[in-house]
Amino acid sequence: VEYIFTDKTGTLTENSMEFIECCIDGHKYKDCISEVDGFSQTDGSLKYYGKAEKSREELFLRALCLCHTVQIKEADQVDGLIGHPERKHTYISSSPDEIALVKGAEKYGFTFLGLQNDFMKIRNQKNETEMYQLLHVLNFDPVRRRMSVIVRTTTGKLLLFCKGADSSIFPRVQQEEIQRTKVHVDRNAMDGYRTLCVAFKELTQKEYDKIDRQLNEAKMALQDREEKMAKVFEDTEADMHLIGATAVEDRLQEQSAETIEALHAAGMKVWVLTGDKMETAKSTCYACRLFQTSTELLELTVKVVGESERKEDRLHELLMEYHKKLIQDVPKNRGGLKRSWTLSQEYGLIIDGSTLSLILNPSQDSSSSNYKNIFLQICLKCTAVLCCRMAPLQKAQIVRMVKNTKGSPITLSIGDGANDVSMILEAHVGIGIKGKEGRQASRNSDYAVPKFKHLRKLLLAHGHLYYVRIAHLVQYFFYKNLCFILPQFLYQFFCGFSQQPLYDAAYLTMYNICFTSLPILAYSLLEQHINIDTLTSDPQLYMKVSDNAMLQWKPFLYWTFLGAFEGLVFFFGVYFLFQNSSLEDNGKVFGNWTFGTIVFTVLVFTVTLKLALDTRFWTWMNHFVIWGSLAFYVFFSFFWGGVIWQVSPFLKQQRMYFVFAHMLTSVSTWLAIILLIFISLFPEILLIVLKNIKEKSHQVRNKFM
Amino acid sequence: IDYTGTEPSSPCNKCLNVSWDSTPPCTCTINFTLEHSFESNVFMYYGLSNFYQNHRRYVKSRDDSQLNGDNSSLLNPSKECEPYRTNEDKPIAPCGAIANSMFNDTLELYRIDNDTRIPITLIKKGIAWWTDKNVKFRNPTGDGNNLTALFQGTTKPVNWPKPVYMLDSEPDNNGFINEDFIVWMRTAALPTFRKLYRLIERKNNLHPTLQAGKYSLVIAYNYPVHSFDGRKRMILSTISWMGGKNPFLGIAYITVGSICFFLGVVLLIIHHKYGNRNTSADIPN
Repeated sequence: VEYIFTDKTGTLTENSMEFIECCIDGHKYKDCISEVDGFSQTDGSLKYYGKAEKSREELFLRALCLCHTVQIKEADQVDGLIGHPERKHTYISSSPDEIALVKGAEKYGFTFLGLQNDFMKIRNQKNETEMYQLLHVLNFDPVRRRMSVIVRTTTGKLLLFCKGADSSIFPRVQQEEIQRTKVHVDRNAMDGYRTLCVAFKELTQKEYDKIDRQLNEAKMALQDREEKMAKVFEDTEADMHLIGATAVEDRLQEQSAETIEALHAAGMKVWVLTGDKMETAKSTCYACRLFQTSTELLELTVKVVGESERKEDRLHELLMEYHKKLIQDVPKNRGGLKRSWTLSQEYGLIIDGSTLSLILNPSQDSSSSNYKNIFLQICLKCTAVLCCRMAPLQKAQIVRMVKNTKGSPITLSIGDGANDVSMILEAHVGIGIKGKEGRQASRNSDYAVPKFKHLRKLLLAHGHLYYVRIAHLVQYFFYKNLCFILPQFLYQFFCGFSQQPLYDAAYLTMYNICFTSLPILAYSLLEQHINIDTLTSDPQLYMKVSDNAMLQWKPFLYWTFLGAFEGLVFFFGVYFLFQNSSLEDNGKVFGNWTFGTIVFTVLVFTVTLKLALDTRFWTWMNHFVIWGSLAFYVFFSFFWGGVIWQVSPFLKQQRMYFVFAHMLTSVSTWLAIILLIFISLFPEILLIVLKNIKEKSHQVRNKFM
Repeated sequence: IDYTGTEPSSPCNKCLNVSWDSTPPCTCTINFTLEHSFESNVFMYYGLSNFYQNHRRYVKSRDDSQLNGDNSSLLNPSKECEPYRTNEDKPIAPCGAIANSMFNDTLELYRIDNDTRIPITLIKKGIAWWTDKNVKFRNPTGDGNNLTALFQGTTKPVNWPKPVYMLDSEPDNNGFINEDFIVWMRTAALPTFRKLYRLIERKNNLHPTLQAGKYSLVIAYNYPVHSFDGRKRMILSTISWMGGKNPFLGIAYITVGSICFFLGVVLLIIHHKYGNRNTSADIPN
């Protein structure tokens, strides 16, 4: 695997939001966490750094309690003892942020009790119940990125509460209030928290009637309903007063930082594709060590490119600049491992959805048509890429783009929600996380894991092992058949090219299935050439199998050469052995079936012993199948040659009668078999010894470095 | 000793174009000298060259159940034997091309001692595999002494001078269990091969079996090989516990042994060098 595409929320993060702090009128309020006996316990009171007015605090908390679309679910009544009295109800909402905010308000005394007959009930700090009549809900949509409610209090006041992203709230409030809150918001975003701002407006009856009428008209409109509603929302949510801002934390999953570090060290490039906004995503990336402090970040976002009509030109400038920086200024040290960039300057790229669509779907100018290639080149040189504000289809688009580059790298996608399904399906390997957002991702994936950290062992240990096993299996099969057929082929030169088989028909049939299949089967299921723990803890080992390393030309030629060499050794070894009168001490002569049987015996033993040499991890099964196969061969040969087949529908000749047993009575044959097996395995043994020496010398050199 | 007789100077040149069934058979004599005396048991082989006993259609042209004494196969040989299966509507016993091309030269050995020819006893028993002679090849069931009756209804192979039940006068070397026949039926692996013909047993430990000196080989030249450029030889050989004379195993073992020894020394030096460096590079933490 070369490229990993991950989703952020739910994959890298826990997707469980927690209310961390808020800022009311510019004053920061943060939780006080005290540790008692190792358990962290939150105080009920707020620790404050300078206090705002009590009424403003209460207004803020009321806003939090009212401006949402959370519903209450009553817990089932259980006979007998009931647990905590406050936990009778659970909150349900489509957005975990809202639940976090409501729970946060609950912690400070304002509990949301539910919606009954258009009235929202709240219990405030003095334990009184307040009722608010819910008049309108202006729902959240991702375009305008805010939501509002209009409520009437018991005293008849009409209030509009609005909650949303800071970029959509700030333009709509009084300008002088922004600054003090903006400071806090920016700091929260830098810390990686998800920020929301809260504003309110008091409405007069007349204003309300107008708004009411407009809303109803827009809701009932038959044509262009969305546009009409959007316009009404725009008009309504204007000239508000900013109350404060909230910060919600979405914690990183355990060990996701270590996992990403390990994957980087293994030579894989990690791309984070998310729908969240850039600042939050960026800080998450810093937190999970996708971007190190030394990483130079290249940005291709709306912020940098701008929104004007000149954005295409600006994009062009940026692309050229980055391209020049990355491609032409590549450092000159190309030696060593193919994908080690830990020595040179690291680059990270940030891009968001709209800029991406500019690049991938250019307008009619021909000059912008090769942006894609330049962009791709830039991407491939960066160690980490962050794509924010991505639509699900764009995620799949990016995966496809990388898949189709030169060299066809193997891609892996991991995600947890339904919006990741297209990405998972597109990549070569799709991994789904069974998380809070349902089972869609895991249903569509190739592998499902419970947490992000499991990716590490999956790739570094299991992926590595599977690859090594399969590659070895393929090479071994070709090799053993080459050994098998080459003597047969060479024999034709000595039998008048008449297709006389060298081995008996039974041996021909049973070689591949009965004598040599079980050992390699056991090997390819059980082999661990390096311990699993070592593989997991040392990610650099993964680079040994990058780019299909075990099936490239060089290993293939080695195996082929080995097979050809062994075939020649078998055949000509026995050929020269047969140049004398007799191999026995009583002068009797061997025939052609004995010749073939000697070659076959050497063959079976050599091929199986080669596998035994390659096995690094011996289990009882390996021992059983390897020695068992050899024993089976011997027993079968005795059996096959020990019986005169009087009654047999398919065996009309006794050519193998006693051949094997007779062959074993001759000392010369034994000596020859042992010698030929040894000569055949000699190159392999030599190579192992030389490899060990080279590794030792590498270790010594690395120690010096 | 090659006795094909293709050179005009060879004594067997006159027998070169003789037909296979001429009576009386053409005889020729070749004189040779033994440089050294041969001790212990001496084995006499005949060798053929350019004779492809391992040709596929030749190898399969036999009927093992007939040779095992099965009466039904005796009168109804298998189809593999074609075209040597029947002759004039009578089944051939033994059928097949292998049996048909049986080697039928007769070789006799004489020692020349001051112009007197002393014949050397050649033993014809014990040249075939024990299992071949006693299990695999059996005469048809019946009275072993009257083989002619047992082979009733069959005819001799096309190119044989005499039928199979007249291969030898002794009943336990006659018919299918004739050892020369059995030795011939074990197809050789390579086109240049030798087959055991006779044994010369040692007399006692004091005298060598074959003294150095002059010998003469008398050949009844029946077997024509000239048409396919084949060659015929007679070989005298002594056998050790490892078999006949063949330097291959010895040379191979010595070569491989020396290479291994040499590499062992080289790798030991390398290991020593790196082993030393390894220990000296340990920087204490």
